[in-house]
Amino acid sequence: MSVKKISEGELHAYIDGELPPERHADIEAHIASSPELAERLNAYRRHEDALRARFDPVVTETVPDRLLHRRAGSIPRALRYAAVVGWLTLGGAAGWFLHGTKSGEQGPDAPSWARRAAVAHAVYSPEVRHPVEVGADQEAHLVAWLSKRLGADLRIPQLNALGYSLVGGRLLPGEQAPAAQFMYQDARGQRLTLYVRTNREQNRETAFRFAQDGSVRVFYWIDRGLGLALSGEIGRDDLLRIATAVYQQLNP
Amino acid sequence: MNDFGARVQELIPRLRRYARALTGERGAADDLVQDTLERAWSKLHLWRHGSDLRAWLFTIMHNVHVNQVRSRAASSTVPLDDDTAEAPVRPTQSDMLEVRDIDAALRRLPLEQRQVVLLIALERMSYDETAKTLAIPIGTVMSRLARARERLRVMLADEGTGTGLKVVK
Repeated sequence: MSVKKISEGELHAYIDGELPPERHADIEAHIASSPELAERLNAYRRHEDALRARFDPVVTETVPDRLLHRRAGSIPRALRYAAVVGWLTLGGAAGWFLHGTKSGEQGPDAPSWARRAAVAHAVYSPEVRHPVEVGADQEAHLVAWLSKRLGADLRIPQLNALGYSLVGGRLLPGEQAPAAQFMYQDARGQRLTLYVRTNREQNRETAFRFAQDGSVRVFYWIDRGLGLALSGEIGRDDLLRIATAVYQQLNP
Repeated sequence: MNDFGARVQELIPRLRRYARALTGERGAADDLVQDTLERAWSKLHLWRHGSDLRAWLFTIMHNVHVNQVRSRAASSTVPLDDDTAEAPVRPTQSDMLEVRDIDAALRRLPLEQRQVVLLIALERMSYDETAKTLAIPIGTVMSRLARARERLRVMLADEGTGTGLKVVK
């Protein structure tokens, strides 16, 4: 009777219950003939028991709120939107990976209006005395005025839930028509701007795209009659989360 | 689709366990879980309904973690590859130290070996599930597992067994 050579892999497969039953007898005979091998395999088992003893208690720990809140708040909303507008998450994720390896570069296809948005952010967001033309205290006037000048029915997203409150807005020159900039800031004074311009093609939608100009990061997208660009000097994932919230509020 | 959130929630404790073992730090582990959950919902469209949610989430965690380790690689010495040169290993003094020292031993395992041994030991994944989760061939799972176990054994070897100072390669 010839005994097939026993490989190291088979020994592990044996202790993991992954070895075909027809090999068990050979392996067991081999182990029985070598106390050293038996001890080695016992050590492997002991160390796995030790790993479980060490880390299994984590499973019964109370899960921190921050993990539950994100799940409870974000996933259902994402689910809803993934179902309604599949392109959003698809594009967002694609953009994410496309640029994931070359942060710091301007997207190759960033259109001129997205660059204008980044420039406008860089110009106005550091402004101390006159960051906006019309303040958030006159929000109704602000939205009516900019809607009239752009010739579009604008709405101002509320980002308070994300920690950003509206500072106000201003009118900007666009390429061929006026554009609008809304400014937000958080409790530490970190500012974001949402640039809005009208889009001639009324029926187009695009995914989120990402561009970066120096330290200013921009997510921009086209939503039917409007081109929108959210700019900020914050992390890309934070910016994407806020851009997603903006999109959702404008598409209830 | 609505049960997705509930099913993810059920898996959070297990994601935390694996992350804790993988990173060795509570805060870093929960950061990893949080990043994983965030990535999961942004990639939801890629999850095929009815497929293995656990494997999918662990794959995401694995990718997020590898990216984090790589981005820190310039300032740290976390071994990424099986071929990373091995530091000399000192045996522990008694059985009693085994559980406590498992932390130190894990930290010294190359990441690729740590992933495999933890998925199999903690999650009790099969070789096949481990291979799918880590997107590596099953033969690679087996060779990494064998190396990880042997390396742990050497690091955790009892005094006097004669194997404590052996360097495995």
